[in-house]
Amino acid sequence: MTARERNWLLVAPAGAWLLVMLVLPLSVVVIFSFGERAPAGGWVPAFTFEQYANLPARFTAFKNTLTLAPLGTLAALIIAYPLAYQLAVRTDPKWKTILLVLVIVPFWTSILIRSYAWIFILGGQGLPALLDVFGLGDVRLIYTPFAVTVGIVYGYLPLMVFPIYVALDRLDKRLLEASSDLGARPFTTFLRVTLPMSTSGIATGCMLVFILLMGEFLIPALLGGGKVFFVGNALVDLFLQSRNWAFGSAVAVMLILVMLVTVTVYMRLISRLSATREDVSIM
Amino acid sequence: MKDKSYISKRKFMEELRRYENGSVTRRHFLGVTGLGTATAIMAGALPGLSPSRALASSDIGDRVVLATWPNYHDPENFEIFTDQTGAFTQVNVFGSNEEMLAKLQAGGSGWDVYVPTNYTITTYVEEDLIEPLDLSKLPNYDPDAFDARFADAGIVDGVVYAVPKNWGTTGIASNTSHNGGAAIDSWKSFFDRTMDDFSGRTMVHDYQLTTIGAALNYHGYSFNSVDEAELADAEKLLIEVKPHLFAITSDYQPAMRSGDAWLTICWTGDGKQLNTDIPEIAFALGKEGGELWSDYYAIPKGAPHMEAAYALINFMLDPEVNAREVLAHGYPVADSRTNALLPEEILNDPILYPAAERLDALEFGAAATLTDPNRAELLARFKSA
Repeated sequence: MTARERNWLLVAPAGAWLLVMLVLPLSVVVIFSFGERAPAGGWVPAFTFEQYANLPARFTAFKNTLTLAPLGTLAALIIAYPLAYQLAVRTDPKWKTILLVLVIVPFWTSILIRSYAWIFILGGQGLPALLDVFGLGDVRLIYTPFAVTVGIVYGYLPLMVFPIYVALDRLDKRLLEASSDLGARPFTTFLRVTLPMSTSGIATGCMLVFILLMGEFLIPALLGGGKVFFVGNALVDLFLQSRNWAFGSAVAVMLILVMLVTVTVYMRLISRLSATREDVSIM
Repeated sequence: MKDKSYISKRKFMEELRRYENGSVTRRHFLGVTGLGTATAIMAGALPGLSPSRALASSDIGDRVVLATWPNYHDPENFEIFTDQTGAFTQVNVFGSNEEMLAKLQAGGSGWDVYVPTNYTITTYVEEDLIEPLDLSKLPNYDPDAFDARFADAGIVDGVVYAVPKNWGTTGIASNTSHNGGAAIDSWKSFFDRTMDDFSGRTMVHDYQLTTIGAALNYHGYSFNSVDEAELADAEKLLIEVKPHLFAITSDYQPAMRSGDAWLTICWTGDGKQLNTDIPEIAFALGKEGGELWSDYYAIPKGAPHMEAAYALINFMLDPEVNAREVLAHGYPVADSRTNALLPEEILNDPILYPAAERLDALEFGAAATLTDPNRAELLARFKSA
């Protein structure tokens, strides 16, 4: 056995994994996207660009996703950062573990049940009834983009908290003291030391949440009342209701392309932001 | 001396909880607790205690998988079925016929029995997804007992593929306290009021047949239209109405009950359930028309527990069992033997059994609507608008 043959053999398991898990399923989706819907639904082979030409019919779904996914990511970041900071920097080590576990606990329950709980909290007899007591009558919360954003932040918060927590936990506290000794005020210290040192955590957290949000369908379906329509909902409808596998595949291919572009731009942006720093790495 | 097979009190209670939770079958429960043996011995001594059905002796396996609609069965009947046959009924609930068809087309559904609606059955036959029924295994099915109007769709080219479960209508449920005590009883006012004083309080189904059908009825067209110009009118109305809707959902009971929504497209049984609990919520048929439907029990091709499937359908067709179902879910039946067992107030209930002339304005869903790509696309455009 030559060295070359041995190398191929060693690469084989990884190659087989990629083939089965990535290349094959993706090829099926791409092949389907050039086909046509069978008369009673399903798929028949063909070679047509008709499905791609029809993509503008789902423009709103892409628009909603591309608006609410970044917005939800940003909202999750704003809420998760102080929480992660508190846990990593301010909390007594003996409480850390238990508080961290409390952040994960909601993950032990199905997202379906947790989202359903929000239907009652945001419904007419929940928060709006409470607001009514304070004279803010007739507030509609459930089945609005706001409700979907709340559901997104709630559902994905732990995924944002953990990477930031890990980044902040590694932070050498002596750097903060040094900054203070050199005359920086706490806010300046935060801006010039803490925040830059947690960039990697922020970048990872945002990436995790954003990618998952782009494929989300359950939260908009439950908390958006069928009126806030994501690409994920369009896909569910195309495969499970109208059984138009060809068009569904074209929408899926488009979603993958949009994600590739967005994520590439995002990575470039982050690496440029941290280009001057050697201690910060992405992912 | 201690008997090894003796079960402790604590263990017995644990097993009982597991059985109550449904995580073990009755057969397992009786086996491990020894109650099965005890019952068998007692039954031998006292014949009156043994299960009366012939089925109890035949072995049909330990489970049957049923794909059906929400709020559509009496859970107690499933327990009785398990008692009699040893087979546990695993229930999968669906939201639309399209969803059921999609699952069967994709293959490997694992279902033994499913509940298609009248207008879908010819498509299942054409797609070769439905098993022709062996009527000798369904002694409780008596074709003469059924109103043909609600049984015909199960027979395709003279072959019985499906037997009737329940029938019903698709009408309008409205909270009359917001309308001076009167029910909303036309599709015209359903949509006009939604864009006026019911704005933000109305729900339509997440289902092409009924939502597009209602919009077509508004314009005076057929509920089943696949005419492009008529569908375009329906789409225009739906898109115009969308900003005024509370939600697009087929799970409309919670919002009607909480008072968040006042008006919804509604099926008979839901209308009955809402009206029983909250008398201000009235159910009415649309004056212009609407849907009359009939659901059936059928067996998909390649059902993994074929014998259990026949046993379950036959059990459900037993008039006594069927009458209990009606009392639980509030949908009418077309079986005269079952109706004979129902109390007078149910048979005279205007929601369950509307006057015959009211039904004349209604239409059965047409097979074309299930497969028509334009109707499916229209609903998707409406939802994503």
